Order: sequence, then C-alpha cells, then structure tokens
Amino acid sequence: MATYDEMSLTHRLFMKGYSFSRYAVDPAGGAKLSMPLAQARVALVTTAGLREPSQADFDHSKKQGDTSFREISNGVETQRLIESHRSSAFDHTGIAADRNLAFPLDRFRELAARGVVGELNERHFSFMGSIVKPRPLIEETAPEVARMLREDGVTAVFLTPV
Amino acid sequence: MCNQTVGLIQAAIEREGIAAVSITLLREVTRVIRPSRALFAPYPMGFPLGRANDAELQHRIIAEALRLLEREDFPILEEFNP
Repeated sequence: MATYDEMSLTHRLFMKGYSFSRYAVDPAGGAKLSMPLAQARVALVTTAGLREPSQADFDHSKKQGDTSFREISNGVETQRLIESHRSSAFDHTGIAADRNLAFPLDRFRELAARGVVGELNERHFSFMGSIVKPRPLIEETAPEVARMLREDGVTAVFLTPV
Repeated sequence: MCNQTVGLIQAAIEREGIAAVSITLLREVTRVIRPSRALFAPYPMGFPLGRANDAELQHRIIAEALRLLEREDFPILEEFNP
C-alpha cells in the first residue's frame, strides 16, 4: 500500500508540505454515465509519462513539471510504449515489465471483445505526472484533452496514475 | 503528484459531460482533491493495477472501478479489497 511513510524523506517532506487543497475540485461536478457501459465509447488517460516510439520525450528539465500530453493510438502495440516518467518516487520496474500496469490497453481490448464496454476510442492520452505547478494543466492541456474526447464521442474515461 | 494530476484531468473531462473514474494510490491526496469517482488500490507507487503481467488481478481492479461509473453520489472514494 502506498502511503507517505513509505516514501524517501525528501519526497515525504515535499508531499506533507505541499498544499494539495489549493487545487481541490468541485465534488459535485461529476458527470453521469450517459449510456450503459456495454454501449459506451471508452478512452484511457494515464499520467505514467508513456509515449509512442515516434513521439518526442516529455521535457524533464521543467522544474514545475511538463503539462503537455501525447496522443496514443488505439492500435499501438502496448508493450512498445516508452515510459520516461521523471519521478524517482516510484519503482519503474513494474511498468517496464508490463505497460498495462499503468495503461491497461490490452485489458480494455479484452473488455471490448467481451462486450463489457462498447468500443475503444481511436486515441488515448498520456501525461507525465510530477506536475508541481498545475495551472497550465488546469487552464490549458486538461481542458484541451477533454474537448478532444468530447469531439470523439467518448462517453466514459478510465484514468490511472503511477 | 500523479494522483493530483489525475484528479485535475478527471475534473476537466467531467466538465465536458463525460463520466470518468480513476485509480488512486494515495488516499491522502485524493481525499483532498476530491475527484468524482476514485478507487483506492492498495499497492505501491508505480503499481496502480496491482502486479505486472497479472491480467486477472488487473481485470478485477478495473471491474471494480468501472462499477463506480454507475454511481452519482460524488465524491466517491472506495477501496479495492484484493
């Protein structure tokens, strides 16, 4: 189980001193599932810093965090995705062995084949967490991805941290 | 930080009227950020769906999370029991 106590002292002090409440969202703002899951168009979003081999790496030099995102094609070979998350707060070996651990595309392909979900969207999205100052994320890149998902006709989204 | 980032992206997606559910590894963070629907997975950072190459466990976690999509008593923070 992940708790602050298992982190290194540096990470722990940072997390305890960081004001997460500044970014609390409106808890009443959730959206209703507009159709049964078996008919829903589903997209995945991860903050594991995954990208396709042809895409540019995330910018590790930005101290406040890189708030950009990468579009991941639904047809991608999952295990070929490259993980280059900058954080040293987590063990990277699990994702190295199996990208589905943080980006479960193969699992959702299985769910779509079984009819548990309707279909998968043509694209999914990957961010790199470790965003210390999330204003550009809140004001620009997250709404941009949300608009693209709506334009794609996505009706349900599954998100994974790392 | 990833758990905060996920919550913020989730909120933006829901503002477009799209239902969303997330996995969280840090309850302390998710309790404060308050995304609409989150499932706490009791695993170390870096292992949001439990274990590498364990499709059965990954499916159980995903199924539990997807069940939360049916609910609207926001904010929802449930725990996965392995």
